[in-house]
This record gives sequence, structure tokens and C-alpha cells, in this order.
Amino acid sequence: MSNSLELSNTVRRDVLRMTHSARKSHVGSSLCCVDIFAVLYHSIANIDPKEPEAEDRDRIVVSKGHCAAALYATLAHVGFFPVSKLAEYCTNGSPLFGHVTVGVPGVEFSTGSLGHGLPFAVGSAIAASRDDSDRRTFALLSDGELDEGSVWEAALLAAHHGLGGLTAIIDRNGLQSLTTTEATVALEPLAAKWEAFGWNVVTVDGHNHEELKRVLELPTTGPTCVIAETIKGKGVEFMENQVLWHYQPPSDDDLAKAIRALEHEAQQ
Amino acid sequence: MRKTFIATLLDEARRDPSIMLLTGDLGFNVIEEFAEELPSQFLNCGVAEQSMIGVAAGLAASGRRVFVYSIANFPTFRCLEQIRNDVAYHRHNVTIVSVGAGFAYGFDGYSHFGLEDLAVMRAIPGIDVICPADPLEAELITRMILKNDGPSYLRLRKEGEEIFHAEAPQFSRGDAIRLRSGSDLTIAATGTVVSLALEAHDRLADMGIDVEVLSVPFLRPLSPDCVKASIGRGLVTVEEHSVNGGLGSAVLDAVIACGEVPHLRKVGTPAATPSDIGESGYMWQSAGLTTEAVIEAVQSLLKPS
Repeated sequence: MSNSLELSNTVRRDVLRMTHSARKSHVGSSLCCVDIFAVLYHSIANIDPKEPEAEDRDRIVVSKGHCAAALYATLAHVGFFPVSKLAEYCTNGSPLFGHVTVGVPGVEFSTGSLGHGLPFAVGSAIAASRDDSDRRTFALLSDGELDEGSVWEAALLAAHHGLGGLTAIIDRNGLQSLTTTEATVALEPLAAKWEAFGWNVVTVDGHNHEELKRVLELPTTGPTCVIAETIKGKGVEFMENQVLWHYQPPSDDDLAKAIRALEHEAQQ
Repeated sequence: MRKTFIATLLDEARRDPSIMLLTGDLGFNVIEEFAEELPSQFLNCGVAEQSMIGVAAGLAASGRRVFVYSIANFPTFRCLEQIRNDVAYHRHNVTIVSVGAGFAYGFDGYSHFGLEDLAVMRAIPGIDVICPADPLEAELITRMILKNDGPSYLRLRKEGEEIFHAEAPQFSRGDAIRLRSGSDLTIAATGTVVSLALEAHDRLADMGIDVEVLSVPFLRPLSPDCVKASIGRGLVTVEEHSVNGGLGSAVLDAVIACGEVPHLRKVGTPAATPSDIGESGYMWQSAGLTTEAVIEAVQSLLKPS
């Protein structure tokens, strides 16, 4: 892929094909973080698919494990494994599980239950700090996931240890399992909460690659929380901002319509 | 037992900088020397067990050998899913050390009784489940854990435990340790209640009954000796733990898996919730965890049916 925009458009089409053929859920949750993955894997993280176990690699921890389709498609397109393997997503006996799981090249940590990724990332960042290593740790969290107390336990610890190598990215699409985050258990004022916990906080358009690159490149003292404002189902107009697409896989017609729109966008 | 554990870990950690000790803000008067001497290998995660286990997994994924220290139910039940998913599923080098087995915190009430932890840990695949009987076993097992890759659960009592071994026993990971030989029947005990098995042994000897006594520190992997002992003759298990799911159940499962009919009686704490407090000896009595109960179990197996 020559650039991150091309990567994200391609990954979106694969996410749709994967969830359609597997008839599995979480298409909306996958589409909304595609741009974050594209920027991280294409432009930011020090990761070499040829050396996935390199000790000084940056670590990307995907705490919102239900966006597995987006992660797997990104990993395949940046060279961790053949793109043809994506056809095995959620098929009998496949290593491509419906939630992010190790065993897939490039996956650092298995998730699927929310609230597990940030503590793991804090452990990884503490190790880097004590090793005097420059390697960075990124953790992608969903906003609904912030209901979990373990996130805030880890947030306290990260700030206490001033973990400059740690960046938490909140996929702030505003929707969770049944309705909006604010109608469920209100998160706002969210930036103020992270600030009060001692984190640097930056709010960005989570679909704007240039903005994402700018904030993710920032050298920091202390941990940074990037609140990436996103749209659930981004890139497929009829899926955008609809809780329905947290669960429903695309039908044949949905797929054809969505792919046409994304192909059109790619040609723009 | 907890001081022996920390002293052993400190001794090993001086030579191996990958060893880390994490605490959930517990270990007053126990962990200070480690924390002061090796600050880069120590981390107090605060009163936050779920986060602590995740942090331990993250450290282990970065090449550390992590020991997580807390009391009874805090590093087990409070963060069970983190143990299952973040540690065991990934086979990380994390040892969960739970101090206060059984009624060690007998006056502190049900929140502090460790009575179901072995059952729960046994249900999670891939974790060694270990309950040393005395400080000497605790020391040898701590060194053994460091030679073995993968997750472990180390269940310690607290302080002032009697030592049952005249000299350091020779045993490997998974072995039971024979404390007394005997031909009529076997009593297999785990943890400090080995004392009840030894007392029962002596009193039964006076009655002309010759029982073997095993200390069984490893519930997983489980010594084939325990299973062998129960084949063809009776076996009594003794544990400071619910009769549901602990040593007795582990032995029973292993015997059945061999296609044998078990001749087994379990002595442990009742499956019901205790509503009492007291020092250990009182609590053992209160729970029916007594030498008399062990003797009765032996006699019931020896009676011709």
C-alpha cells in the first residue's frame, strides 16, 4: 500500500467481505477504527512484519477485541500474512477468531472481554521504561469499554509511573451495545476525566489521517490519551451511527452497495 | 511461610534481574527488604487486582518472570478473568501468590477465608496449582517454579507453620512427598493440615492400623502416586479447603480417569458458607477439620462392606 488512505479503503472493503461471508457481527465497530489502524501500522509504529517478535518493536494492544476483522485485514495488508487468509475469518478450525486472538501474526495480546488491554499495555510500558527502551506501547480502547473499572485502575498506575511511552487511543464513536454511551452510563466530560487522572489528552478526528499522524507522533512526558472521535460504521453511509450494525452482518445487497460506494471513494 | 517465600524469591531475584515482585498493596513487614534492595524489580500496583494481573501479563510478555502477591481471594476471585484470559491463555510466566490459605486470617471473617481458591484455579487450564505444607516445601517449590515456564498458582499460609520434614525432601514438580510409610491405607494431605494426617497416623498406629501419609503440594500436575495409592486400597484426602473441587476432587477425578472405582473419603471444610471466626485451631474444629475426622474417614474405609 502506498499510503494509509489507500490502506484504510482496502481494509474497509475486506471488513465488509469478511463479516458478510462469515455472517458475523461487529462490522460497525470494525469500520470505525480502520483509519486508526491504518495510520498506526502504516505510518507510526516501529513494526516490521518480517520480524514480528523483534524485541524493540512497538506494541499495539487491541483492547476492543471485537474489531478483529479490521485488525486482521490491516495486518494482512501490511504484510504480516497473506491477504488470501482473510477468507478464513470465522470459519471452522480457522486461526482468525471472532475476537482478537494471538496466533495470528502481528497480534500481541488476546482480547474480547473488555477492560483487559490497558493494564497489559501498562505492564508492557513499565517493562520498556525499566529497560531504558524507546519502544512505545499503543492501546486501542472502545468508549463503551471505559465502563470497566480495570481501565481506570490501570490509568491511575500509568500516570503514577509517568509512562511517556504509553498511548491509549479511545475509539470515541459514542455508541455502545444498546444505545449511546451518554444514555448508558455517561462518560462526558471524558477529556477532563483523563486529565484528572494525570494523562495528556488530545482530541482528534479519528478518521483524519493527517491529524492522527500528528498527535500519534508527538513525543510526550507521561502517558497520553488520544480521544479519537469516530463514526461507528464509518465509510458505509447506511451503517453510520446505527447500533444495528454492532450486531448485524451485511446481506448480499448490503455488501454490493457498500463495496460500490467504497470503490467510488477510492477512485476520487 | 510468607517470609520464607519472600526470602527465597529475593535470593533468586538478586541473581536474575528478570524476576519481578508485584503486590496489590499488601505484605507489610514482609516485602520491604525486597522492595528496598531491588526497586527496579518491585512494583506496588495499588489496591487494584484486576489491573495488577493485566500488568503482570504485560511485563511477562516483555520477558519478565512475575510473582504477584496478595491475600486469599484478592489475587484470585477478584481478578479471575484476568488470570484466565491474560495469564493462563497466553501461558505467561506469572505466578499468583496467595497468602492466607484456608483460615489463616481466621478472625477476619468470610471475606478473608481462602476456601474455594483451589477449586477455581483447578478449573482454569494450564496453571500449576500448588499448596506447600510448610516453609521448607514453600522454599523448594519457589525455586522449582522458576525452572518451569508457564503460569502457577502458589497458595501459602501465613506465619509460624510447623516444619514437617526432618531434612529437605527430594521431589520434582508434580510429585507427592511420602512422610510416613504404611500398608493399610493412604492419607494424602495438602497444605498445613498435613499435621492432622500425621497425628491421625500416630493414633491409628496405636490402634494397629498402618497408614501411609503423603504431602501433596501439587494439585496440578497431580502425582500419579496419589492415584496409585487409591487403587486397590482406600485413600483419605485432607485439605483446608472446601470439599468441593480441591484436593479430594482432583484425586477422585484422576482415579476415575484411570478407569478405577475410587475408595476415597474427603476431609475438608464443608461446602456451606462458614459463619464463624476464630484462631485457626478453633476454625478447624468449627469446620470439622480435625484429626478425629481423618481417623473416622480411615476407619470407614477399612470396615468390611
